[in-house]
Amino acid sequence: MAGAEPKSRASVWPGIAALVLATVYAIALLAVETQQFIMGLLALAIVAVMAANWLGLLASVGRSFADRENVLGVLAILAAFTVAAFFREDHFVLLLILTVLLYTVATLGLNIQFGYAGVLNFAGASFFGIGAYTSAVLNAHTAVPHLVVLLFGGLLAALIGSLLLLPVLRTRGHYAALVTIAFALLLKTFLEVNDVLGGPQGLQVTGMRILGWSFNDNIAIGGIELSFYMSYFAVSMILLVGAFILVRRLERSWIGLNLDALRLDETAASCFGVDTARWKITAFTLGNFLIGIAGALFGMVGGFVAPNNYTFADSLILVSILLLGGIGNPWGVAVATIIVVVVPEKLQTIQEYRFLLYALLIIVVLLFRPEGLLPRQVRRYFPGWRP
Amino acid sequence: MTPLLEARGLTKRFGGVVALDDFNVDVLPNEILGLIGPNGSGKTTFFNVVIGIYGVDAGNITFDGADITGASPQAIYRAGIARTFQRSRLSLPLSIFDNIMVGNHKRLNQGLWFNLMQRKEFKRELDDNYRAARALVEVFEPRLADKMFEPVAGLPMIDRRRIEICRALINEPKLLLLDEPSAGMTHDETSELMSDILQVRDRHNKLTIILVEHEMGVIERITDRCVVLNFGRKIAEGPYREVAADRQVQEAYLGVAL
Repeated sequence: MAGAEPKSRASVWPGIAALVLATVYAIALLAVETQQFIMGLLALAIVAVMAANWLGLLASVGRSFADRENVLGVLAILAAFTVAAFFREDHFVLLLILTVLLYTVATLGLNIQFGYAGVLNFAGASFFGIGAYTSAVLNAHTAVPHLVVLLFGGLLAALIGSLLLLPVLRTRGHYAALVTIAFALLLKTFLEVNDVLGGPQGLQVTGMRILGWSFNDNIAIGGIELSFYMSYFAVSMILLVGAFILVRRLERSWIGLNLDALRLDETAASCFGVDTARWKITAFTLGNFLIGIAGALFGMVGGFVAPNNYTFADSLILVSILLLGGIGNPWGVAVATIIVVVVPEKLQTIQEYRFLLYALLIIVVLLFRPEGLLPRQVRRYFPGWRP
Repeated sequence: MTPLLEARGLTKRFGGVVALDDFNVDVLPNEILGLIGPNGSGKTTFFNVVIGIYGVDAGNITFDGADITGASPQAIYRAGIARTFQRSRLSLPLSIFDNIMVGNHKRLNQGLWFNLMQRKEFKRELDDNYRAARALVEVFEPRLADKMFEPVAGLPMIDRRRIEICRALINEPKLLLLDEPSAGMTHDETSELMSDILQVRDRHNKLTIILVEHEMGVIERITDRCVVLNFGRKIAEGPYREVAADRQVQEAYLGVAL
């Protein structure tokens, strides 16, 4: 966490400049198909970021985001819409963007659990899967409105997660993590042998439909044709913004303080009245709720769920996003998700080796930047708050 | 005068080791009681029992008229007992302000709805508590009051001790347990810290302190009364000068003369 800050509020411009550059870069990276160009762009990004860091530009961008988070947050939403609008007809790119958005939501959930409460959850993908299965079953067999189905996905993930509460509360650190690994393996086996839920073949998920408007039809407004993924994009953005605000407010409250205190020293926290069990339960449940909602929407986007989509390896990816981005920093989570999801997808040559790439990336980050790409800052309860 | 804290027949065993053995003590309101004894004589165990980290095997503790034997650390904190730790146990990555606010837990609104949705009200509570925390820090070290949002990790030992004591004092406890506040500090630093503690005590005069300390100069200077422990048993009680002259106490520290 960083040290002293100047008294006056930082300028908003470095943040705007960074957002504009990031938007242009994202469009270029997503548009380019040639492997050599993609590698060139990635190398350029690494060099540019290191140079900016060396010149102290990154620090001023960081200050800008810390002090003007509300304005820059709105602009970041606009940036995301700009990128999506640029690829409005391109199913493949939009699906990639949607994956980024929903993985970010899921990792934000993980961030509440591990980043704040210190409960390491190696079953992230399982709770994501529970959300997706909820969509599959409810959309096929009930008339529950699909937006409410998303909510049920989150609630079911939170509910099933509460089965783990007792063992997680009775164990600490690595042992609690083992409990979640055991759960992930059990759930996968359960889904594979359970014919009602489609067994190993999985289930189809009906697409989203709100007030009779089907999300799985392409959109034509005037003469402009939009990919059907654009409507999913809008819903996913709303979900992401909601999750982001929730996580931010949670961190910047007495609850965030309780969670930090119990993560860092459970005994000392107890001596100052922090009800450690209550807050661990709150964090674990809230995290699973977010992961479940993201999974429910992802199921509808993909149109298909199977046990093999939500394995232990996928949970590891979610955890590695958190480690890479900067534990406890939602902006870091967003940036890391983009890297982890987009890079292997664009660099087809490394597709086969992507786990190797993740492993290397994590080792490099842990060695040279152990707090992640964007380390968490000291808590300022409101952006730019200087009493 | 009715004692603020009353321990009767306290016994705590760890396997075959008897850490506290039928220990009785009365702590009177507003006094500073020194708790001394050789290493391993049960001083810190007594703190951990009072604060509810350890249960007891026998005996009971009454605090402010209520039986608190076996209560949770959370309940005992709410009853008005706060402590510092022998090895500084601050949350190092958190700011000074955050660390102090951990100690203010019972005065902060813990509602989920309040914290997440009523941000205006939250801001008001935040501002009030910031002023209180800053005022308390200023008593100890005005220089630290300008660093309220810096991580504790970068501060020297004496400042960490100060913040630890601020964390214990922010919610105005009735009883403060200080576990070796001089550990890891120089003689001058210790003396400075003790003056600060006395200053805070004079401000709100309802503070009772139990002090565990090896630095006898500190004990002599600030305690009203001392209790000496050896192998979990009380071997002497009284003003420091009397206790220090006690033959049993000298033997406990120096060994038996042959």
